Amino acid sequence: MSGLLSWMIFLPLIGAVVALLMPKDNHRLIRGVAFVATLLPLILAVVLLAQYDPSTAEFQFVELAPWISGLNVNYHLGVDGISVPMLALTALLCFLAALISFNITKRVKEYFAFFLLLETGMLGVFASLDFFLFYVFWEVMLVPMYFLIGIWGGPRKEYAAIKFFLYTLFGSIFMLVAVLALYFTSTPHSLSIIEHIQRAPQMTRGFQLFAFAFFFIAFAIKIPTLPFHTWLPDAHVEAPTAVSVLLAGVLLKMGTYGLLRISLPMFPQAAKFYAFPMAILGVAGIVYGALVCMAQTDLKKLVAYSSVSHMGYCLVGIAALGSVAGISGCMFQMISHGLITGALFILVGVIYDRAHTREIDAFGGMWIKVPVYSGIMILFILGSLGLPGLSGFVSEFMVFLGAFPYYNVTVAIAVLGVLLTAAYFLRMVQRMFLGPVAGHTEGLTEINLREIIAVAPLAVLMIAIGVYPALLSNVIQPTIENLVRLIGA
Amino acid sequence: MNFNPTQFYADWATILPECFLLLWACVITGAAVFGRKEEQKSGTFAIWTLIGTVITAVWVALTQDGAAFGGTFVFDRLAVVFKEIILGGVILTAAASVGTVARLRAHRGEFYGLILFSAVGMMLMVSATELLTLYISLELSTVTLFVLAAYHKTNRKSAEAGLKYVILGGISSAVLLYGVAILYGMTGTTELVKLSQEIQKIYMTSGAFPPGLALALLFLLAGFGFKLALAPFHMWAPDVYEGAPTPITAYLSVASKAAALAAFLRIFFVGVQPSQLIWTQMIAALAALAMIIGNATAIVQTNIKRMLAYSSVAQIGYILVGAVAVDAWGATAITYYTMAYLFANMGAFVCVIAFADRTGSEEIADYTALSRRSPLLAGFLSLFLLSLAGIPPTAGFLAKYYVFAAAIQKGYLWLVLIGVATSVVALYYYATVIMKMYFPADQPEGGFPVARTLVIVLGVAALGVLTLGIVPGPFVDWVKAAAQMFVPPT
Repeated sequence: MSGLLSWMIFLPLIGAVVALLMPKDNHRLIRGVAFVATLLPLILAVVLLAQYDPSTAEFQFVELAPWISGLNVNYHLGVDGISVPMLALTALLCFLAALISFNITKRVKEYFAFFLLLETGMLGVFASLDFFLFYVFWEVMLVPMYFLIGIWGGPRKEYAAIKFFLYTLFGSIFMLVAVLALYFTSTPHSLSIIEHIQRAPQMTRGFQLFAFAFFFIAFAIKIPTLPFHTWLPDAHVEAPTAVSVLLAGVLLKMGTYGLLRISLPMFPQAAKFYAFPMAILGVAGIVYGALVCMAQTDLKKLVAYSSVSHMGYCLVGIAALGSVAGISGCMFQMISHGLITGALFILVGVIYDRAHTREIDAFGGMWIKVPVYSGIMILFILGSLGLPGLSGFVSEFMVFLGAFPYYNVTVAIAVLGVLLTAAYFLRMVQRMFLGPVAGHTEGLTEINLREIIAVAPLAVLMIAIGVYPALLSNVIQPTIENLVRLIGA
Repeated sequence: MNFNPTQFYADWATILPECFLLLWACVITGAAVFGRKEEQKSGTFAIWTLIGTVITAVWVALTQDGAAFGGTFVFDRLAVVFKEIILGGVILTAAASVGTVARLRAHRGEFYGLILFSAVGMMLMVSATELLTLYISLELSTVTLFVLAAYHKTNRKSAEAGLKYVILGGISSAVLLYGVAILYGMTGTTELVKLSQEIQKIYMTSGAFPPGLALALLFLLAGFGFKLALAPFHMWAPDVYEGAPTPITAYLSVASKAAALAAFLRIFFVGVQPSQLIWTQMIAALAALAMIIGNATAIVQTNIKRMLAYSSVAQIGYILVGAVAVDAWGATAITYYTMAYLFANMGAFVCVIAFADRTGSEEIADYTALSRRSPLLAGFLSLFLLSLAGIPPTAGFLAKYYVFAAAIQKGYLWLVLIGVATSVVALYYYATVIMKMYFPADQPEGGFPVARTLVIVLGVAALGVLTLGIVPGPFVDWVKAAAQMFVPPT
């Protein structure tokens, strides 16, 4: 099917326009539009997975057309083993997030218009092979996100929205400067990501160090790694549930995706130089995030900080440059964290909708009152803390396996992080789910069918990848081997 | 010199658009003076005149080319681009003035007449290739603007704006003229191409840098700095912008700056081009200053016109970042940015007009929950502000991309870093306005419709912002072709 990627990216945009044309008060109709506009990309994502040839690292489904010829800007799309899983994850989470957004009753039309615009931006980032296009999608996302947090968010939404907007823009402008530098140092001037990867061996070491650092600022803010993480708890806590799901499930992955797509293959010498600092940042994130989680009293904030901690594993995996296991571990962690944390945010939203509080201490004995909900929640928590048989374990194990030969002490500290993760999650489980019924648990009602449908696919995938990792590794293996070869060259 | 009919015809054919515009400007003003009854129609009349001028200009562009009047006036591609930009700005201004003019008690027709006169000045200015022609056309446009700024003469702020503008405008013109005089004294010519050759000769013979030239450059830069409201010569701008009738503010901030930029390109990229090593340093410093001061001061403004005034100080800073690349890239970047800025800034001011028409307020605080009162207006204003902030896929993004690219190419990394860092600051105050319009949950009373002409103007501006951002190909090519004249001799 030609133009599959374009359709996938722009169907939500068409949906956004259609939604805007709908009558304002007909919420059912607008939800219907959103449902279709997120379902179609999901179907296309399944088609993409089915047709993708995992035996090669070549870019597939390539679409190439001149866009602004005067500036050598092309409309260039294509996917490989790194982007296919991300596209699928994005399409899936967007569909589920749209489902759980059906309980939004305030300014419904605007909500779904921004939501669908956001989906276009996210899908576009994962399919772009031209810097200009990549940057445009990267930035286009910020605007709907700003509105989604700012209009439908919690009490401190204004602050959180603008902090998110400024923080990420601050990061991406550094990327812009680096892109311009890349453009002018290449002959003939080019904005093609593929061409710049090919000319990596000719780049001087000094230039690589500079460009890597500039890109890293942009990506580190998105991930977010330690010194740049402060926007995340604010944004997560204030954002409506569906937006938190997309923030954690997709947006954070753009940082690590950028490192895998651009930084590592394009600036291999710099990557080697910065590998150890990255590993340190990763471990610091793991431990710091976990420690901060210990102190949280707000359930959503706890899940938000656990993201800081979990994304640290990705960075440690990336830092193990020469190892297929390490980088695969990072990929696994990206997908696994997207599934698990996405589900956790949905589940936090479920009780918040009912009890209007997220204080951990406000609950107790939920196991007795709402057993189905508790079972699902605990399943995902076990996945998040890395129980074998679930996807979180596979990714953490691979990261450690890959990184240990390079940074044994650092990895040893990171393993401590796993312990801390178990500690804060189990403490939370104990306080909320076990013991006698207390506090707001009294008035809770059981999770409803729509909410179960929203988390069920995530649970299935989490278990499937945990039991049979080849499901994912088959897709990513050749691309990552190629990546490791490029770094080694 | 013998009279040559062919040459005579060719000369006058080249300034046909200006003649056409001038004629109708006289007719409209005359009608306003002698026939008070016809005054009601002068707005419509002015717009049709301008559209006629656009058509004439296009026709001249297709049939005529090159210099006229002994090389003091050219009708080249650059002139065409800037004339169309200016005419676009004037048309949007005239259309946006309808409501403002309808509320005037007297002198309605002259309002449009004056706008057209200043447009004639600007159109001549972008074609001038000789310093005195340039100076005179600059004065023609500025003097009419003095009157327009003080048009609400019973309003203290407007009167103050007019007076401030006269005094500072006069000083800046004098400074500019002094720079011209020094240049003439050193080289014996006011023609830009010859000037550049003479300066080259001075370099060749003396080997050193003549201090007189530095002085001349400084005066020229200061003069242009005033006209462009470039920091630190921007002090007049916020008061004049705030006090002047809003359509005139829009006009001042867009069309008059576009004309000044064209003149800037001709003088600095051609006339004093040989001394670029010196003035690019000065420009870089001024641009950095403008971006920092403009953006930092805009944050604390509570009046939206003042905020946009400081924002346009910063915008000029961004535009001049492109000037450190004295070649086709830089010229393309500056011209493209001017186009993008035309639509975005014009659009933003027209939103201010539409809002003030209904509410009588220019305070940012009163924009609270505008999205509930007038979703259309809030949507338009957000789009224009995001374009000014440089967020894709709007025109502002590609424009910023272009100027930063020009500067990076010349190795001005520090300048680009200041530019990108200040655009984050800029986003803060633009986004704050958007936040006010959209985020509050309250349902304010008093939804209001926007006047039809204004909706059309806003629609055109929005179309411009989106087209220049999403399908910029043809426009980039158009501007690039115009800027080819600045390819440095190798």
